[in-house]
Amino acid sequence: MKIDRRKFIKFTGLTTVGLAGTPIVRALTGEDSLLTPAKPAPSLDNPLTAKRWAMVIDLRKCISKEGCTACIDACHLTHNVPDFGNPKDEVKWIWKESFEHAFQEQEHEYIDEKLKNAPTLVFCNHCDNPPCVRVCPTQATWKREKDGVVMMDWHRCIGCRYCVVACPYGSRSFNWRNPRPFIKKLQPDFPTRSRGVVEKCTFCEERLARGLMPACVEACPEKALVFGDLENPESEVRELLKNNYTIRRKPALGTQPEIYYII
Amino acid sequence: MLEKALKGTKAYWIWVISVMAVMGIAFLFYLKQYHYGLGITGLSRDVTWGFYIAQFTFLVGVAASAVMVVLPYYLHNFKAFGKITILGEFLAIASVIMCMTFIFVDMGQPFRIVNVFLHPSPSSLMFWDTLALGGYLVLNVIISRVVLDAERKSIPPPGWIKPIIILSIPWAISIHTVTAFLYAGLAARPFWLTAVLAPRFLASAFSSGPALLILLCLLLRKFTKFDPGKEPIQKLALIATYAMAANVFFVLMEFFTALYSDIPEHVMHFQYLFLGLEGKATLAPWMWASEILALLALVLLLNPKTRRREGTLVLACITVFISIWIDKGMGMVIGGFVPNPLGNVTEYAPTFPELMISLGVYAMGILIVTGLYKIVLSVRGEVRA
Repeated sequence: MKIDRRKFIKFTGLTTVGLAGTPIVRALTGEDSLLTPAKPAPSLDNPLTAKRWAMVIDLRKCISKEGCTACIDACHLTHNVPDFGNPKDEVKWIWKESFEHAFQEQEHEYIDEKLKNAPTLVFCNHCDNPPCVRVCPTQATWKREKDGVVMMDWHRCIGCRYCVVACPYGSRSFNWRNPRPFIKKLQPDFPTRSRGVVEKCTFCEERLARGLMPACVEACPEKALVFGDLENPESEVRELLKNNYTIRRKPALGTQPEIYYII
Repeated sequence: MLEKALKGTKAYWIWVISVMAVMGIAFLFYLKQYHYGLGITGLSRDVTWGFYIAQFTFLVGVAASAVMVVLPYYLHNFKAFGKITILGEFLAIASVIMCMTFIFVDMGQPFRIVNVFLHPSPSSLMFWDTLALGGYLVLNVIISRVVLDAERKSIPPPGWIKPIIILSIPWAISIHTVTAFLYAGLAARPFWLTAVLAPRFLASAFSSGPALLILLCLLLRKFTKFDPGKEPIQKLALIATYAMAANVFFVLMEFFTALYSDIPEHVMHFQYLFLGLEGKATLAPWMWASEILALLALVLLLNPKTRRREGTLVLACITVFISIWIDKGMGMVIGGFVPNPLGNVTEYAPTFPELMISLGVYAMGILIVTGLYKIVLSVRGEVRA
């Protein structure tokens, strides 16, 4: 019998489906089967697909829940992001930046103090025109044609950090040291990285492939993060963009970031 | 011909072994870095490139500056450069090898570097820089080898080498232009987003390179029987003068555009470099020193009296070299990272292991220059005998 890569992934995916129904897994993924009984179990057979994935963040909801780090915790746990406990070695996929730093060009002297210091969620913008992809000398990072996700190959990355330099949003982290001893709770179903490679948010492409929403979206208690297909006029993200005034980070640079913020 | 580098006096061998000892110590530090990761350097999430990449940038300039002897000698038949052209080319070879080594030690996964060739990416300037530098190395190895071999046999070099020499002239310009493009094409980094970066790189290179070549020639004259003669030294000094004037002019252009337009994200980098931001001003004394040395160098070079007197010329060459080394080897790269794209100020300073590894790379360059110059002098010794 010939088992190709695709079949192998399908097979291993199916075996994890067996686990998916257990209460522990449901608690971990935050899925409530009582409320959504019709939702199919996570499987490679029912991936979430879109022509252009994008996210809308309702900062009002986010700010109202002071000190909440649910999305950050969920993301960093899911993806085996190490915690070095110092800013020099820091690796982060999603974090909070003060509004005045996240949106430097929006800041002014009389801006509401609350907003000025408001912790603003920032992560990879999955730009339509990503400078990081343009500069990579090995195509270890690329924009996936089918849905616009900016991907990373941690096995091809040579660690030159040109992408880190080229990203106007500071969204990329480099593994200055071996990250493995600094992973608080190892998740065996997601790869760890070696020292010397760059990493960042991947819109949870591994979860989308199994029909799951990104971990941060799922974890948010305020439903402040909405993820969906920009190309689908019926999608929730399009609905939000239609009914709210939204801003993006550094739109003037022409990178076409796909994270939209409702202020 | 390489065997000529293996025969020398006791003093020669003491020098070679000392340089190799420095390389050996540096290699131990590199092993430590390889084991621990680049976290051993002062680099961080905010300042992702530092001393290594800055040295690389500076040395690409030194490599490119060989064109300042090659062009007058081969294109304008300026005979006075006959004795030193090969020294310029050999300096270029050593510089390119140092550049490549600095890139290598800066890689997070150095042994994956072949991926650059396995997955060629024309959209990346790093891909083009690899081609440009590699090509330049090959060109210079072929040219110097063929020309020196002809000199050894006291015959004119073969005709086919001429087009290759001509090709090496624009190629030299290209290596530093492409290196400037590594920086100048990034929307994320306003400090480097300036069309004058490549011209400025070339001007500073064509000043610091000839200045270094003058110093090397005078050192050779002091320690060997080699005598470059007065004319080529003076010609090199003139080239360094014009280039330094152009360099300072370009720097002033940068100041004007950034400061008069007063766009915060452009001004802030200059502010950090010269005055400091949020009370952080590690680089300020260095930057002021660089500017003051640049002015001093200009005064010494522009004044014909001080340019012609050897003592003051040596001082001028040293000031040019240090001024540009600070500017390119520290300010240019690090200044682009502070503040970071989010406006946060994180400072950087190289660590001891980082400096030791860099010293080792320079020692390797010195070893290569020593060996290659020894070959030239041995060949010429034979010719004279």
